[in-house]
Amino acid sequence: MRRTVIIGLVLATAACAGDRVASDTPTAAGFSSIPARHYGLGRAATPAEVAALDIDVGPDGEGLPAGSGTATLGADIYQKKCAMCHGPKGLGMPPAFPLIISRDPKAEGFKFASDPKLPKSIGNYWPDATTVFDYVRRAMPLLQPGSLTNDEVYALTAYLLAANEVIPMSATLDSASLMQVKMPYRDKFVPDDRRGGREVK
Amino acid sequence: MTKRMAGSTTELPPAARDAVTTPADESISRRDLIAGAAGAIGVAVAAGIPLVAGGQAAKAAPVAPVVPADPTKLQGAPTSQVGSRSTFFKPSRTPFGETVGNSLTPLQDLAGTITPADLHFERHHAGVPLIDPARHTLLIHGLVETPLMLTMDEVKRFPQVTRTYFIECSGNGRNAYREPKPDLTPQKVAGLVSNTEWTGVPLKVLLDEAGAKPEATWFLAEGGDACVMTRSIPMAKAMDDAMVVWTQNGEPLRPEQGFPLRLLLPGWEGNTSVKWLRRLELGTRPWATRWETSKYTDPLPDGTARQYSFDMDAKSIITAPAFPQVLSRGWWPVTGLAWTGRGRITRVEVSTDNGRSWTDAELTPTTGVKAPVRFTHYWEWNGKEAVLLSRATDETGYVQPTRKELLKVRGIGTDFHFNPIVGWKVAADGKVTFHGET
Repeated sequence: MRRTVIIGLVLATAACAGDRVASDTPTAAGFSSIPARHYGLGRAATPAEVAALDIDVGPDGEGLPAGSGTATLGADIYQKKCAMCHGPKGLGMPPAFPLIISRDPKAEGFKFASDPKLPKSIGNYWPDATTVFDYVRRAMPLLQPGSLTNDEVYALTAYLLAANEVIPMSATLDSASLMQVKMPYRDKFVPDDRRGGREVK
Repeated sequence: MTKRMAGSTTELPPAARDAVTTPADESISRRDLIAGAAGAIGVAVAAGIPLVAGGQAAKAAPVAPVVPADPTKLQGAPTSQVGSRSTFFKPSRTPFGETVGNSLTPLQDLAGTITPADLHFERHHAGVPLIDPARHTLLIHGLVETPLMLTMDEVKRFPQVTRTYFIECSGNGRNAYREPKPDLTPQKVAGLVSNTEWTGVPLKVLLDEAGAKPEATWFLAEGGDACVMTRSIPMAKAMDDAMVVWTQNGEPLRPEQGFPLRLLLPGWEGNTSVKWLRRLELGTRPWATRWETSKYTDPLPDGTARQYSFDMDAKSIITAPAFPQVLSRGWWPVTGLAWTGRGRITRVEVSTDNGRSWTDAELTPTTGVKAPVRFTHYWEWNGKEAVLLSRATDETGYVQPTRKELLKVRGIGTDFHFNPIVGWKVAADGKVTFHGET
């Protein structure tokens, strides 16, 4: 009786799952052996639907929209929309509202591993200027995320980069000039070399 | 653990203490009467006897539970639509009111390896969004044959798989690493790890449906929270064990864990398992989002910072005995959890003499892949000062390092991936305190 039930269960499982998950034992690691198959589920997204969501910007500038803004205008926007959390000088109220403006001479040696208090401001730490644009556009200001125009985001990005002494306060940013900005410590970032095994890295 | 098992009357509210210590006929409370009445109603229903509308007792205001001196002499509580914990067990995810973006699993209160869904740790960067699953969609685009829009109903029609995996925030253990103070609990030391049985669809199946192009080497995963959280993930992971899941321990995901849909990247730092998943874009390089540049990068003593450091290294922690327990002499299970992002834990050793000698602990279960094992070592405390430590080894041969070893290769200021050997000091008076300076 019990044997019949077990066989029944096995058959039922096989019938439901088919060959796609035949290797799905509890100890199996991955799904790479599942053959590609088309189920006809979902529908093709329209270009407008993709465009509405696809706001990401890459470190090479891919995805940067049309528009521009000056650091001077960005300073005004910053005081109106950002300073209440990040402070008038960008010193923040950590940990909830991080410090974002600082060029500490001590950061020159990138000694963050020995000094937990060394601030990881945009100028001291961030490897890519495009990250500022992408993050401000998608997530800021805190109480009205995603409310800034592209011109405002360019202006704020210009101001934050200028205040962090990466570009001059006289600068104007658009897609072409933003993708040219090289952050001071870009070359300090290295790929993960941990691979398990005996060595602790 | 002793706290839970002891059943000491001193932990009960005064009314309950009285109930335990007074004779049964004096301890029957209003609630007991309600329970008794409900029991009678149950009997009536079962017997097919028609009921008159509920009496006064059914509308009574809730009163503090009173424990009968002899529960066998009183009908119990009625059935209910949703179960609840015993009033004697009140685990708390955030013990000290620290609610800035994370809450910690009370490891010391749990047994086995599965984390109850409502005790799964939280880490979010813009709060927990309220998402209507009927309106939620997943868009897959970029380097695919067809940009694909899927509703939740459609996502659930793909072949389903169920797997048990831990998620650990890569910031887990920062405080204990930087400032190993004696009054830390297991929850405070390592509570940013939880373990769940997830049900969902292999990500590979969804990407095959959209027709992932072979030139794609990375994808971007985006959440639908207020920071529209994004992480870049190598395609190799997508085609290996990555899942898109909607179920947590048999029921829909909790909002804090990504309802209605999340990415699940077994063994990788927690925030890569993007919650409230709404978009996947395939491309040829990482996107350098804020959460893989400003955050979740690891400064190293050589003046560099490790980026895209996904794997969680092998780690273990003894969850009992632990602060603030007080031990009495005799036998104690020294028990805890061990896990690795690189596959299986093959060995956990326990030391009761501050690392001078080590003994293999018993592991249960023994086959978990990127899922914790519970280890236990029985130990007889003789009343002398002792330091209990645990040390995990995984199938790659990686051995959990001491704090000194980790400080040497990472530095005190490194920000993520903390997995030093830690433990508990047992003083001669039985008081247990955290021991993090290994």
